[in-house]
Amino acid sequence: MLPDQLTPESFAAYPPQARELATRQIAILRRLPLAFVPLLLRELSVYDWKFPAERIDLERQFAYLAGLSPGQFQAAMSAFVGLKVTRELEKVDWVNSPAVFSEQFSAHLWTTHQIDAFRAAAVVYVRKSSSSAPDPPMPTHRLGIAAIGQGVTRNDYLLFRKLRPKGVYYTQVKHTGGAKVLLDAVRSRAEAHPVPYAHWYIDGAAPLAEAKGVTRVSYDGLSSPRTLLQSRMQRTYEAPVFDPEAFRTMMAQIGPAEVGLNSGDGALNRFQLSLLTEGSGTQVFSTTFVQWAAREALRRAQPLTLFVRFAPRQREKQMNELLAEHQRPPDLDVQGSLIDGDMGAYYTWLNQQRLPGEEKSAFLAWFEDHGEAVVIAPGLERGEHSATPVELGDLVARIA
Amino acid sequence: MRVSDFRADSPRQIAQAISLSRRNFLRAVTGAGSAAAFFGPAALRGMNVPKNRKAIVVTFGGGARDDETFMPDGRENIPHLLNELVPQATFLSNVVNSGILGHYVATASIVTGAYETFNNFAAVSPDNPTVFEYFRKDLKRPATDAWVVAPSNGFARIGESGNRLYGPGFGAGVILPKRLLSAALSTGSDGAAYQHLLRDNYETPLYAPTLAGRQIELNQLAELLKLSVDDFTAHARNLVSPDELSVYIAKQLMRQLSPSLLWITLHDIDIAHSGAFSLYIDGIKRTDRLCAELWQAVQKDPEYANKTTMFILPDFGRDSDIDSGGNGFQHHRTGDALSRTTWMMVLGPDVKQNVVVDRPAQSTDLVPTLGAYFGFDARLSQGKRIAEVV
Repeated sequence: MLPDQLTPESFAAYPPQARELATRQIAILRRLPLAFVPLLLRELSVYDWKFPAERIDLERQFAYLAGLSPGQFQAAMSAFVGLKVTRELEKVDWVNSPAVFSEQFSAHLWTTHQIDAFRAAAVVYVRKSSSSAPDPPMPTHRLGIAAIGQGVTRNDYLLFRKLRPKGVYYTQVKHTGGAKVLLDAVRSRAEAHPVPYAHWYIDGAAPLAEAKGVTRVSYDGLSSPRTLLQSRMQRTYEAPVFDPEAFRTMMAQIGPAEVGLNSGDGALNRFQLSLLTEGSGTQVFSTTFVQWAAREALRRAQPLTLFVRFAPRQREKQMNELLAEHQRPPDLDVQGSLIDGDMGAYYTWLNQQRLPGEEKSAFLAWFEDHGEAVVIAPGLERGEHSATPVELGDLVARIA
Repeated sequence: MRVSDFRADSPRQIAQAISLSRRNFLRAVTGAGSAAAFFGPAALRGMNVPKNRKAIVVTFGGGARDDETFMPDGRENIPHLLNELVPQATFLSNVVNSGILGHYVATASIVTGAYETFNNFAAVSPDNPTVFEYFRKDLKRPATDAWVVAPSNGFARIGESGNRLYGPGFGAGVILPKRLLSAALSTGSDGAAYQHLLRDNYETPLYAPTLAGRQIELNQLAELLKLSVDDFTAHARNLVSPDELSVYIAKQLMRQLSPSLLWITLHDIDIAHSGAFSLYIDGIKRTDRLCAELWQAVQKDPEYANKTTMFILPDFGRDSDIDSGGNGFQHHRTGDALSRTTWMMVLGPDVKQNVVVDRPAQSTDLVPTLGAYFGFDARLSQGKRIAEVV
């Protein structure tokens, strides 16, 4: 099937809001090349479970494409039109299984040495569509917080080496109240700016108390879905023959209800499932889980506030032992987790800076239950070191 | 503050920038000089090929990024490469892999000198003749003179190609140490003590392909290396990683068979796919140490000392922190210039020491370079001889 053969009936299997959007935009979808349209449909087909920021982005893409003159449209798509697509790919049900098409198309691009051309075309497209309309105004600046090193008593690793040059490095932080102080700051911002999915708290172990208006995700909170997924993965791992592409497709087709994620919030259920089915290492290492969850939350929900708390992960073992985590108390690698968290904090800051409003964003990284922290914010000197005693609560209050 | 990116630069410009950064770093740390030193008599060398030359190639799957190696922050992770090997080596700082960035297919491309296009996760032979086939057929070398020690079961067919002019009978013996250890454990040893050595692949943690190819079985290994199963498992018990097991087997091969062409593929660094940065760093440190151990083994062995050239190269890089399409060190999926740009270190009695070459080279250039070194014709390779080292 080719894009110009699309009809409203093509989207009959889509959920209601996705179907409505696809039908409304069918004229544009028909004009797009096969090397492009399934990738757009991959996002559109799950519109019903998209976060508000993602919906705005999709609408902006359609508005951008609709606003192009025929010549501009042709120019915008020319690089995608130039990519060679096989007959086999045309036969894939890319309307209803865009993820399967995407998987096979990606392999085809690598094999035929077209991946660089595709990548370049995608970068140009995203840049143009993103800049085609202004970002919606933000009610406040973004704030990112990372707590790392839970459970570490003694450390020789040079912490915050990548973050220190960006802000002020404090070495006399008094931490009365501990991590709860940080969650309180998130709660206050959520009360002051009650926007859906705008305030997040991600924990690598058992979470602190629930906070109203704060979207909460935790490694321990997903223990049951992880156990179910791990069982499936372990069966696959122990099978005599294994097809990794079929495995990825199988993982992508698991529904939230199949792993017990069937409470009220459909968007959050899908998000959490995606962390476990699309992330690599998120199923077995809590530090990876937190870093990836933070990246995905920032990329997809574009929150105003994000608090990530890294916790000790299990020690590296053979895969089948890692997958059996739920069957025994895990042997924890506390020191390694500190190093993981240090890099994870840096990546969280980097990903926050990729979002609109980055010039006003603030970030705090704290070595949990220790006196070291880095604060990055407009107006603060870069690469400074402060040995003046300061309360953690005061530190976060300054940038919240 | 905005995260800067490289979008405005071409891949070639980025590769040059990476190369320049490596060269400056090495110059600062080791005092390495530039390739201008090559404009001398040594450039004419290489017409008469001594028969007793040997070569060891060490590739590592799961390239390490400069951030964690050849940059100030990475310095602490590679003390052996920086302080022991680089001062003795010619260092190519701008080696680009233009092929598919999956470890088996990429290593196969280095082995054939041609960018292979097969499915990375398929148990297939390379399409183009391997360096082992050129070596053995052109030079009439016996099967015991070319060996591969490979990290995962997926590499079982890397020893010989499907090319009709070469193929079966001309390839290298392939040793899959983890496969051997599994077999040894099935004979009754305590398996739990060895599980950390048996992890097969990190690109997808569940990848466990059906074995096919001409890999060596346990009884053959015992016979060839004069190593009892009990000795093998007893030694394995004290090793911390699969790569240590590979290097142990490689040293046994050197001691017992002294092959002229030995290819070792290390893989511990690729634990990065799990997303745990500390494990990735551990892998780099271990690889650094194992490379030095191998070079020391060469120097101590009379069969190898003063007649062996060692080539060390990652198969490719990893994604940069800057590219929003990736997730930094964790993967090599973006295909960006940083994930394609890597390096090669060459050490040997006829190789200039402490020199940096920053002209662009391709990963596929290794096989024709080995051809010039040994005196065979890598006729179907796409690469070009690296004149600075041979």
